[in-house]
Amino acid sequence: MFKRNTTPKATTAEQTFYGLMAEFDDPGKLMAAAEQTRDAGYTKIEAYTPIPVHGLDEAIGYKGTRLPWVIFIGGLAGASFMFLLQAWVNVVEYPMNIGGRPNFSWPAFIPVTFEGMVLIAAFSAVFGLIFACGLPRLYHPVFNAPRFERASTDLFFLCVEATDPKFEEKQTQAFLEGLGAQAVSRVDN
Amino acid sequence: MQSQRVQKPPVVETTDAFLGPNQNYESVTAKIGNIVLTPLRRTPWGWPVGFVLAGIGLLVYLYSLVVLFSVGVGIWGINIPIAWGFDIINFVWWIGIGHAGTLISAILLLFRQDWRTSINRAAEAMTIFAVACAGIYPLIHTGRPWLDYWLLPYPGTLGMWPQFRSPLEWDVFAISTYATVSVLFWFIGLIPDLASLRDRATNIWVRRFYGLLSLGWRGGARDWNRYEMVSLILAGLSTPLVLSVHSIISFDFAVSQLPGWHVTVFPPYFVAGAVYCGFAMVINLLVPIRRWFGLHSLITMKHFDLMGQVMLASGLVVAYGYVSEMFYAWYSANIYEYFLIVNRTVGPYAWSYWALIAFNIVIPQLLWFKRFRTNLPLLFFISICINIGMWFERWVIVVLSLHRDFLPSSWDTYTPSVWDWATYIGSFGLFFFLFFLFIRLLPMISIFEVRDLLHKTGGHHGQDHGDHGHGSKA
Repeated sequence: MFKRNTTPKATTAEQTFYGLMAEFDDPGKLMAAAEQTRDAGYTKIEAYTPIPVHGLDEAIGYKGTRLPWVIFIGGLAGASFMFLLQAWVNVVEYPMNIGGRPNFSWPAFIPVTFEGMVLIAAFSAVFGLIFACGLPRLYHPVFNAPRFERASTDLFFLCVEATDPKFEEKQTQAFLEGLGAQAVSRVDN
Repeated sequence: MQSQRVQKPPVVETTDAFLGPNQNYESVTAKIGNIVLTPLRRTPWGWPVGFVLAGIGLLVYLYSLVVLFSVGVGIWGINIPIAWGFDIINFVWWIGIGHAGTLISAILLLFRQDWRTSINRAAEAMTIFAVACAGIYPLIHTGRPWLDYWLLPYPGTLGMWPQFRSPLEWDVFAISTYATVSVLFWFIGLIPDLASLRDRATNIWVRRFYGLLSLGWRGGARDWNRYEMVSLILAGLSTPLVLSVHSIISFDFAVSQLPGWHVTVFPPYFVAGAVYCGFAMVINLLVPIRRWFGLHSLITMKHFDLMGQVMLASGLVVAYGYVSEMFYAWYSANIYEYFLIVNRTVGPYAWSYWALIAFNIVIPQLLWFKRFRTNLPLLFFISICINIGMWFERWVIVVLSLHRDFLPSSWDTYTPSVWDWATYIGSFGLFFFLFFLFIRLLPMISIFEVRDLLHKTGGHHGQDHGDHGHGSKA
């Protein structure tokens, strides 16, 4: 992540080879290329873009995230915990008789229950996202790709990983060049 | 790029679009990123001047807190029956300001309003710092702030638990949740921009700093899919959250039985008032910043026009609240409610009620005219008036209701002490100190969302220019 274009010191070609990176200057060209790559039977592909490109996730064969379920369960847990805590405190552990009002005055517990739901759901969302994206990560091979620092500004990349069963360096390189990439470069681990 | 001085381009005002002409991915990324990556000595003069002034204000704040902690709340002007004074007024005022940031970042995201793009980051920062200023007030108002942890439910040797039926206890959860979720939402929004800064930084330590903060974001298509889903859900959580927070704060008043507080219109009226003065504060912050950093092509006159419209609409809801209070006094046939209105309009603090009406209702009617909404000095002036007016609203609610309640024998008047003022002015120091740090350390406009907006609104045109200028050398 911090050092780019350095020579890795691994021993065999198998271990050092991460994949081939094709470079595009336009999200439309990348999208078309990603679809063709997927249709050609490649499975281990990933696109890197400076903006969220809608439909690109499907174009590389990604089915979508299950994070909403994690967040839903988090919210449910937060709400249940806060409601039960309040009920237990005000009914069992520390009942307070104020003007003879009922101890289990559940409508008064709703605001804090709601806040607990939002808090735990938000934590689930944020840490779920960070975990699902495999972050924090201090080093990743794709940062070795030439001009990859512009993947956060104005260049669009498509990577076919070497672990893909259909991957064959020369053949895949020719295939990617045929998709209109302005450059195809080898990425090492 | 980084070595260039931040230049003042010839000002071309855009009135019909959210982005100025002739921009591409590279130019907007450089424009916003370079504000942060420019060496300190080349930053526009407004920044160091403002930062030093804010630092002085922060020292005033810290000093007044030290005096408060060592002497006690007796240094303030509060007493019985006016036990809530500047501390609660300023608490509600600051947190109200914060709400506009959440409205811009969350509610406008759900409504797919593209104009939030250029202003949401700064508005969210404003939210977080305003909530920090607000949250300190009730904590120091407790009198023995070192025991504030008693507000939290925890099993301890005291065997004591909080009273969950009290709106003051709801406040603890509402404000702490609001502050936490605002910070989380803000940080998630920053990640792709921190990656942009990492990739643009030339200094190794600067690159490491933003590299660590960006967590190693690569912008993979799968990551973007999750990212957008989470942003949407966080916006969906923040929207009811912001409404709940100010509703709960209004319950602090409305659940009591004091005339002037015991009103059902309070929750919507408080939320509208919060949005009203929050947008005014966003304008007060953005007008000078836009000028100092030459952001005319990113924050256009159309943004100010729309913010003026939001202020006008929320201001009318607030005006409805004032009218309904008058109506209650008459329709309830309750002598205490009736006396409250008489006391407000002709009593010893009538000047503050009429100042509220002038600043909050009369002057902002200028916003009906587009000519005034797009006149920045005038819009800035109206926004200052709204901020003062909303402060007077909380003054009227807190002080005027407390100082003359049911029994004339317990009536009294309230005068803020010098420490009330020092704490209030000092809280501006804290706010602006944090805000000035923010505009130097983090991108104050969401870069990736501006790129996305460029892409959606015919960005191809701009993108082509960019490629001829910079790229295609591969």
